[in-house]
Order: sequence, then structure tokens, then C-alpha cells
Amino acid sequence: MTTAAATAPIALAAHKPPRRAAMTAFWALTLRDLRVLRRELVPFLSRTIMQPLLLLFVFTYVFPQIGQGIGGSGASEGTFNSIIMGGLLGSAVIFTGIQAVALPLVQDFGYTREIEDRVMAPLPVGLLAFQKIATGAIQGMLSALVVFPLALVIPSEPITLHVNWPVLITALPIASILGASLGLTIGTKVAPQQVSLVFSLLLIPMTFLGCVYYPWSSLATIKWLQIAVLVNPLVYMSEAFRAALVPIEHMTLWVVYPAMIAFTLLLARSGIKGFRKRVLT
Amino acid sequence: MTKTDTERASTAESTDTVVIRTRRLTKEFAGIPSGPPTGPPGRPPGRPEGTADRDTDGADGEAPHAFRAVDRLDLEVRRGEIYGLLGPNGAGKTTTIGMLTTRVIPTSGSAEVDGVDVVAHPSDTKQVIGVVTQTNTLDRSLTVYENLYYHGRYFGLTAGAARAEATALLEQFRLSERAKTEVASLSGGMAQRLMVARAIMHRPKVLFLDEPTTGLDPQSRLALWEILRELHDAGQTILLTTHYMEEADQLCDRVAIMDHGRILALDTPHGLKQTVEADTLVTITGLGDLEGFAAALASIEGVANTEVDGDQVRLFARGTDGILGRVIETAEKVDATITDVSMTETTLETVFISLTGKDLRE
Repeated sequence: MTTAAATAPIALAAHKPPRRAAMTAFWALTLRDLRVLRRELVPFLSRTIMQPLLLLFVFTYVFPQIGQGIGGSGASEGTFNSIIMGGLLGSAVIFTGIQAVALPLVQDFGYTREIEDRVMAPLPVGLLAFQKIATGAIQGMLSALVVFPLALVIPSEPITLHVNWPVLITALPIASILGASLGLTIGTKVAPQQVSLVFSLLLIPMTFLGCVYYPWSSLATIKWLQIAVLVNPLVYMSEAFRAALVPIEHMTLWVVYPAMIAFTLLLARSGIKGFRKRVLT
Repeated sequence: MTKTDTERASTAESTDTVVIRTRRLTKEFAGIPSGPPTGPPGRPPGRPEGTADRDTDGADGEAPHAFRAVDRLDLEVRRGEIYGLLGPNGAGKTTTIGMLTTRVIPTSGSAEVDGVDVVAHPSDTKQVIGVVTQTNTLDRSLTVYENLYYHGRYFGLTAGAARAEATALLEQFRLSERAKTEVASLSGGMAQRLMVARAIMHRPKVLFLDEPTTGLDPQSRLALWEILRELHDAGQTILLTTHYMEEADQLCDRVAIMDHGRILALDTPHGLKQTVEADTLVTITGLGDLEGFAAALASIEGVANTEVDGDQVRLFARGTDGILGRVIETAEKVDATITDVSMTETTLETVFISLTGKDLRE
């Protein structure tokens, strides 16, 4: 041990106004998360890409070539490719929300208790929880950006893009915040032993019933299902991306936006509340 | 000088010397009293993992078996001192630290750290405290160096300052060689050093350490004591909890002996030992009429006090010459059978036993 401890002045901490201290901490925590993301870029990319990659490969490349149809009567290959574009982005964002926010939190609360260190950073606990959403949302947007080119390149029949920029640049962040908020809620409610159930009981039904592989309007023939799936936030995300990217009939944006915002507020609120409950006694 | 000026002056003076102050600080937990807060704070004690929601969804505040972990605690820690909370598991030490560090919300009472109301202004409080918890809370996704660097950034250091400070601290805490390794590869002692380095990086007014040496090997424990002494010499106020007598004795300026959420005695280690009117504790295990035996023993010259606990009689004595002989004589007189006798010098442990009637190691 050197004598540095004796010479280092235990000076008065530079006491900052709470709001400024909190913003600084928020930003620094985000920098930390980005540092970790950069280090774990390969795992991030592989878990983001794998599922959409295989899905696109089988459904939009292999099926057309082996003559196996998908999409039912009247839906040409090109249409299905366009339909699935919106859904894939939506489900990528939801998956990322779970992977980036929920799973680390479950570990943290269950085993490592690392979170207690972050809780000591000079910002309100609620803002710390929101910071988790912010990081998750950044990753959600990244995952959409990664999946998008796959959907352009892989299908044997190319997708006709019809980009609605205003919708795209508003829907992407909202959907990403929604996905991260869902992750936060799950992360604060689920015990480590229940993680596998999150996938089997939540993510898989959400994906299959989330208008990923079919547009919502096409469910009109199964009216009860068309109404039932409205509780699934992924429905609105898929429809939003459809509206933003492809010339396919989509749910009216007058419903899509309010629904996405409502789900976001609901899930963020319950997630932040759950986080406070887990962190404070 | 007006009245307000006088008041202000006196407040200024008291916040200058007292850096932590609690008034009737109380924490009650709903449910089982058998779950002392020995686990990591943050999860309510006595509550298994994963049951948080079910519990808290119930009627808050109307807990049928509320367990008072900390009971109307009045605490004053002076600037620059090492203050020890000594007590067995479940005494309320960790809950007390939890409240002072904003992670446990008091049921009633008040607490101030450096003049900041801990309950009303938790974020402000966090700026002036450094915390080393019982569990290893190092950031496992970051390297040793990055743990310090980002901690500095959380507390508002610029990138350059955080780099310089992190490097200096690694040097000071002899972790420079490990700068680039993952924290998972650190030994227990190194991890603990890194946690202390991290906790003091933002120059907190008070450094909290919760059972800092529990689970450390003897060498690492000594190294940590050395670090804490150096910080103390540099003027750092430290509040630590421990259930090691020796630690409290060696390290602390003042020790509060705590049990059942209350402080039973508070003094310097030396002063505490003085309070016991004896320099020797004789513990006698025996059969027969132990109450009568204890009463007879109390009349022996030099015996300050006796007490019966199960099959044991404890005897606090001053001047031990020939005391064993007289104990055996007395036993024969009252027809008690002695199966075991042990003698120890007065230590903080004796003080603790005389205050609580129980052994700290139980």
C-alpha cells in the first residue's frame, strides 16, 4: 500500500444540483451500456439475426423454389415477402427488448445483485429504471436496422419497398421503447427459474399471434381471433412497420399509434414500479 | 445577533462535527420475524426470491406480525471517525446501513447524512456517500479499470478525470496489474479492495461498509484494515458493521453494540470494556441447582455478577487469583456438579455477553 491514501485529499464532494447530477449519471450509464454492447457485438448480432435469417431463408427462399406455397390463396410470393417484412422487424424489436433488458435484470435480481451498485449512482431509482428502457430501445432500433437488409436480400422474389418516412422515423423509436418497456416489466416480475417460461408462454404466442406472418386485416375471416389479438402489442408494431415500409394493407394509423403509445406507457409504468419494488425495501 | 443567526450558527457547528444523525429511526418488515436481514439488502429479509409481488400486493402497513428490524434508533457519527456497529446476525445492522444509504425506506423516524435528509432527498444523499455492500456488486460486464472509470463518470467526473483517477486508485490499491482483466477473475480480497476503491472514488463524505471482511481470508482482512486505517488518517468518515469483536476493537474509534434493532451500549472499545465491572469471565457448565449455585457464587469476593443461561453459569469477576478453587468449593457446598469451566479475559465479547446474555457467535 502506498501512502497515496494519505495524500489524496478527502475533499468535499463536488456537490451538484440533483437534476444535473441525475442527467450526468443517466448519460454515463448509457455510455457504459454502449461500451458493453460494443464488446458483445457478435453475440448481439447473432441472437438478433439468427431467427429472422432462417425464417426468411426457409419461407421466402426455399419454399418458392421447392414449390411449397405459403400465404394461402391469392397471396403471391412477392406479397408474402412484403407482409413478413413488417412482422419480422416487429418481432426483432420485441425479442431485443427481452434479451437486452429482461434477461440481464432477471440475473441481477436473482443472483448477482450487481444492480445495487448502479442504484448507488446519484439519480432517482425511477430514472435508473427508465435508463434501462433507453438502452433497450437503442438496441431495439439497432436490431431493426440489422434485420431490414436481410429481408431485402434473402427472398428469391424481391420485396417492393414503399417507404413512408414520417411513419418509419416515428414508429421505430416508439416500437423500440415499447419493446424495452415490456422487457423491463418482465425483468422485474420473473424469477430466474421462470425464464424459460417467458419464451414458451409469452414470446412464442406473442410472435405467432402478433400479425407477423399475416396482416391484421386478413384475420377478418376469423373475427374472434382478429379481436383477440388486439391485446398483443406486437400486432400494432408489425402493422406500424408494414405501414412504414411496404404497400400492404395495414391497420389504420389512428389505432396503431395510440395503441403503441398506450402499451408503452402502461408497460413502462409497471416496469418502473416493479423495478422500484425490487430495489427499494 | 438575531435568534435565527444563533440557530444557524449552532446548526452549522453541529453539522460540522456530526455527519450522520438519526432520530428514532425505525424499520418494520411485514411477516416472519425469523428472517434477519443478513442477506443482501434490497430484497426484504425473510422473503424468498421471486415472491416479492405476492407479498407487497397484500395489505401494506397492516402486517399481522410486523418485525421491527431497527427500533427507534438514535445514532450520531462524528466527522472523521470510524464508527462500528457491532452485533449478531439479525441485530439490524444491515437494515440500518440500508436506510442510511437510501435503499431501505424507514417506517418512521428520520436520518440525515451530511445534513441531507436521506428519505426526502435520496439522490442528493447518494452524491455524498460511498457504499461497500456485503455482496460483490462489481460490474461483471466491465474490466477492473472500467469499473472505476465508469463509476467516476456516473458521479460526474469528466472522461479525463475519470481516467486519471481510476489509474491512480488502481495503483494505490495495488490492482494495476489487473486493470484489464475481468472482475470475475479477482480473488475475494482483490474484489473487496476494488469495491472500496470504487466507493471512495467520488470522495464521499461517509464511507459505508457492510460486514467488509466477512468471508475474507486473514491476510486480506488485515490488508483491508490497513486500507481503512489509511483512509481514516486522511480524514475519511467511516461507518462499518461487523460481527467480529476483534475488528471492532482494532479499527473503530467508537463502537455501538447492537441487538434487536437497538443500541445497547456506545463507547470507545476501551470505554466499553471498562463498563464491565470485571476483568474476567468464567463460564461454568454444570448440573444440579444452578440458580442456587449462581447465588452462592455471587457472594465470593471479587465476583461482580453471575447469571444462569441453560446449563451454564456465567460469572464476571475482578481479580482472578484463586477463583477457580473457590468456584469448586462452592459447587461442593451446594451440591452442583461441574462438567466444564472456561476463563476468558474481558473483551468486547464479554461486554456483549453481559449486555445481551448471549454469545455473538451463536
